[in-house]
Amino acid sequence: MGKAWTFGENMNTDEIIPGRYNITIDPLELAKNVFCEVKPEYAKNVKPGDVIVGGQNFGCGSSREHAPIAIKGSQAKCIIAPSFARIFFRNCINIGLPILECPDAVADITEGDEVDVDLATGQIFNRTNGHQYQANALPDFVLKIAEAGGIVNFLKTHDIQELMS
Amino acid sequence: MGTLIEEIFGRRAGRPVQAGEILLLDVDYIMSHDNTTPLAIKAFRDIGKPIHDKNRIVLHLDHAYPAPNVLAAENHKKIIEFVKEQDLPHFFHQGVCHQVMLEEGFITPGAIVIGADSHSNTYGAMGAFGAGLGSTEIGVAWVTGKCWFKVPETIRIELKGKAQPGVYAKDVMIYIAGMMGMDGGTYRSVEFGGEYIDNLPMHERIIFPNMSTEIGAKCGLIAADDVTIDYLENQTPAKGPFEKIQPVNPRYERVIEIDVATLAPQVACHPDVDNAKPLTEVEGLEVHEVYIGTCTNARYEDLEIVANMLKGKKVNPHTRVIVTPASNRIYKKALNNGLIEILMDAGCTVTGSGCGACIGRHGGILAAGERALTTMNRNFIGRMGSPLSEVYLASPATAAATALTGRITDPRKSLELIS
Repeated sequence: MGKAWTFGENMNTDEIIPGRYNITIDPLELAKNVFCEVKPEYAKNVKPGDVIVGGQNFGCGSSREHAPIAIKGSQAKCIIAPSFARIFFRNCINIGLPILECPDAVADITEGDEVDVDLATGQIFNRTNGHQYQANALPDFVLKIAEAGGIVNFLKTHDIQELMS
Repeated sequence: MGTLIEEIFGRRAGRPVQAGEILLLDVDYIMSHDNTTPLAIKAFRDIGKPIHDKNRIVLHLDHAYPAPNVLAAENHKKIIEFVKEQDLPHFFHQGVCHQVMLEEGFITPGAIVIGADSHSNTYGAMGAFGAGLGSTEIGVAWVTGKCWFKVPETIRIELKGKAQPGVYAKDVMIYIAGMMGMDGGTYRSVEFGGEYIDNLPMHERIIFPNMSTEIGAKCGLIAADDVTIDYLENQTPAKGPFEKIQPVNPRYERVIEIDVATLAPQVACHPDVDNAKPLTEVEGLEVHEVYIGTCTNARYEDLEIVANMLKGKKVNPHTRVIVTPASNRIYKKALNNGLIEILMDAGCTVTGSGCGACIGRHGGILAAGERALTTMNRNFIGRMGSPLSEVYLASPATAAATALTGRITDPRKSLELIS
């Protein structure tokens, strides 16, 4: 269970982690400045297991992987949004940061709500108001990457062709 | 049989493909730069397998080059050591990666090129598939030579008519961004065509795929034609023959028609690219910096427009006017043809080629409370420096007119097209 942190629509990668902080690839260092422009209190107060609830087109802008790494480094459990920008979506899958597409949850969850997420089933439970939501299913090959903990881990033990089989 | 992206992917797959399918395809080139290569190296090391084909890897130093601080220098050093260690043949530090990719002939019709930079969509100008990806996936492609793609649905943007004098491709694209919104093309291939595109020279065409990223597109494509082939044969070392791949009986998700003759110069106002307005709505707004550069608009022809407008004049003395040619090749041509002298005489600062200012690293950083008008493609909060600064996007002609006055100015006035 974790606390929900809500963000607006079109949250771009510059707002997640500005370019001037991309001089490191260390997740914990990046996490110190995550969302520093739009919600500076996040980096100070986030707890492991908290959940990010974003608006549509979450992660638009740059291809910089620093953005999802900074979020993962902050120990957030997952990101829930109605839709994700495509490079950001791939980046999250590849580095093993869980993402859930769930417009219903985003419309209903408010900042500070206590939220349970079952990553295996995509079920999201809002303990604060008792509501339950179901995230969209991910394609099978994406689940293979996610189950391995990211594409790097997948490739350590599999050939890339196995993604499609 | 299909849209341009279905034709391109189908050739590589060796069979007809349709939107919605997921494919694992060989890629021709895998691009990354100093901002994104370190994470790709980390992924590569973690996978622990050898490089699949060195000839497909292209590395650039451009995002913080020359190094503005010790951390950037250490980053460059690490990349150069990797290039030496792996004996990689394609390594460049001579300008903005996308411009160099085009100049060096890596991008040909039907090519499939991925880059660890969101503006890799630029390559669509040559009838190639170009898309941005994160660094980990670049490291994966170094090892496998492959990448997975979902064949996207296509939005066709049919551009009709002829633009009025003083209205450029940048104005048209800013208008499109405003109309479609920042997620108007998400997960989609956006095909740009029509008589306006057919009659457009390559340096203007490039803007559409380049800024298709700003509407969330997976790729932005323009089918190869005689203009493409002429560019490849005369301005790059690329070896033909080149195939002019065209959409064949395409099924589009949506077709948007725009008559460009109806458009006036546009400005994308702070803080989002889709906050597009006709220039007249923001005319007179004071700016503290005019920045002409980046992968969008710093080609030779762009510098020529600016030089023609500034020739024999002086820019506003209280406005920093910075010109960053997109590549060393462009810089050299502008120098040899006298453009650089004109720009300097007018009071511009001309810097070495690179991306530093566009991501707020160096070469044109903004202070709190400052406003810039630039030829860039992105104006997010804090993009060029202080989060309390503002970035406005426009064409090179608008940038030149604004440089003279220090206020957002209609280029048609400088061009004496309107009184």
